Amino acid sequence: MAAHTHDDHMPALDGPCSPAKVLLREPLVLNNRSYGWITDRIAGIVEKPQPKIWWYIFIPSVMLFLVMASLFGYLISTGVGVWGNQHPVSWGWPIVNFVFWIGIGHAGTLISAILFLTRQKWRTSVNRAAEAMTIFAVMCAGLYPGLHVGRVWMAWFLAPVPNANAIWQNFKSPLLWDVFAVSTYFTVSVIFWYLGLVPDLATLRDRCKPGIRKILYGLFALGWRGGNRQWSHYEMAYLLLAALSTPLVLSVHTVVSFDFATSIVPGWHATIFPPYFVAGAIFGGFAMVLTLMLPVRKLYGLEDLVTAKHIDNMAKIILLTGTIVGYAYLSELFIAWYGGNKYEFEAFMLRIKDGPYTWAYYCMMFCNVISPQIFWFKWARHNLWVVFTVSMFVNAGMWFERFVIIVTTLARDFLPGSWDMYHPTWVDVWTFIGTFGFFMMNFLLFLRFLPVIAIGEVKGVLPESDPHYNPDALAGGVTEEEIRGEAPRTA
Amino acid sequence: MSTPVKRVHGFLAEFASVSDLYHAAERLRDAGFRHWDCHTPFPIHGLDAAMGVKRSILSKLVLVGGCCGTLTALCLQFGTQVFLYPTVVQAKPVNLFTIPAYFPVTFELTILFSAFTVLFGLLALMKLPRWNHPLFNSDSFSRFSDDKLFICVEAKDPQFHREKTRAVLEEVGGKNIELVEDDV
Repeated sequence: MAAHTHDDHMPALDGPCSPAKVLLREPLVLNNRSYGWITDRIAGIVEKPQPKIWWYIFIPSVMLFLVMASLFGYLISTGVGVWGNQHPVSWGWPIVNFVFWIGIGHAGTLISAILFLTRQKWRTSVNRAAEAMTIFAVMCAGLYPGLHVGRVWMAWFLAPVPNANAIWQNFKSPLLWDVFAVSTYFTVSVIFWYLGLVPDLATLRDRCKPGIRKILYGLFALGWRGGNRQWSHYEMAYLLLAALSTPLVLSVHTVVSFDFATSIVPGWHATIFPPYFVAGAIFGGFAMVLTLMLPVRKLYGLEDLVTAKHIDNMAKIILLTGTIVGYAYLSELFIAWYGGNKYEFEAFMLRIKDGPYTWAYYCMMFCNVISPQIFWFKWARHNLWVVFTVSMFVNAGMWFERFVIIVTTLARDFLPGSWDMYHPTWVDVWTFIGTFGFFMMNFLLFLRFLPVIAIGEVKGVLPESDPHYNPDALAGGVTEEEIRGEAPRTA
Repeated sequence: MSTPVKRVHGFLAEFASVSDLYHAAERLRDAGFRHWDCHTPFPIHGLDAAMGVKRSILSKLVLVGGCCGTLTALCLQFGTQVFLYPTVVQAKPVNLFTIPAYFPVTFELTILFSAFTVLFGLLALMKLPRWNHPLFNSDSFSRFSDDKLFICVEAKDPQFHREKTRAVLEEVGGKNIELVEDDV
């Protein structure tokens, strides 16, 4: 075989040659910030008084939280009749809201665990806030099933101990699987979050003047000294937790979907439910991360740490998962027709055409499938208002998804004689609004007392944190934008 | 009245950059020091090899913890559902072959036990919590969690010598070398 000649494509090697240049990666921290600047900026948030707007959100949040607490008191003292749950829709808003909140609680562990395993270094700027959000969202979610049991003082029957008559739980029930899945998820998320916080708590401890704050931060920092013999075990622990959390985060919403999929109700009895729920959870969780992080980065001046690249990446994940969710919606419809089950087919016809809740189905479709498609365009991913608006659409859309799955399905099951509409009561509505107060109150307290960005982890992704860092080689480097002749990206 | 007695904990040296610290660590490792550590605000990639630190055994502990979780879950479910209190729901059989229904709880408890082993195993391996430590007596040390990189060679190292160790640390690029002492 004759040797190929590359004369047409290769530059002449004997001519004058420009020296090779390093292709610069887009920096994860802009403006060449130093370690000290990162510490000051992030620790400064908890050390300085909060901006006025913090109080403007915090006070209403506490009030809404109190509304929620009082309504729970009313519910417990009166009975679940104060909710709109009624035959045939016996799983109304409480379970819609449970699934909604638990879904939001998926992004934190996804960012912490899956993006860690896939070595996505950009996660360091958003993982702490996302993990905190996860914990608070799971707390909101956990309230609902506990109260939905009706007689709250009997909720301990869910725990794996025999009850007063020595009767054990039915371990073949998806509802019991759910108890294990959600409580394990909450516990592991808290452990993950807390271990991540330890080095940063040490930073806060070392910056405090002696006093109650120093004692408390010091207590929870456990005497951290940042020795490499500690870091070595610590990094192994972080890797292990990431490896454990990755299947865990996928399992939680899978088990939640089993609550539905193992029943025989048309519209619920589907094998697509686990992947469909998991994709939806990641989708809704990322939307909530964006909803919270966009104001936080603006308010506390964190634009150099949570950069346009971070937002761009999260918008792309929303686009991907939103499209997966859209695919799941369409394949549900296809299987309803192709499967030849008349009840299933009718259930979906009532969702998309002439049903009592068809409007909710199209709200869901628009918010979850259509609206994220704008993220195919780069300008949309870089326009913060567009990103924020889409994230709000997704938050609403994911709530509608759960409403469609639960309420529209139960309102129209096998027998037309048992069909009825569902009407939430004012208690349902205000309890749900109250959970947002509870969530925001927790998140604002987190901003007030704990570092919102993982200080140590962000320092670790700076170029000079690499032992083989060579500033001279990087000084002459070119960026991708320069090669393409585009303007440099800005925050 | 008695004069306070101080015990030498070791020498604390500061390093200007990550690569200086890294190369100093390699040289201290080659010099045969054993009781010393690098104190940094963030984990440094490759420093374990530069210091000669072995791979953490935490993963082996977690394997054991996870297996305990699996066994606990299987015993809990089979023990209660097959032996202690067989409940026939929807005519599903009650025997040892009903294991698919037990996968979710088995999985969750495996993860839960593993995660607790990570937490408590890590604390045990790091010898934390320990709120008092001689290093905290040094004023400059408190910036380890901000932007300073330190190496501390402890007095309990067999090679430790008041003058020679200081000279070694200076030679490998250490700045502001400080003798850290502890109250007895």
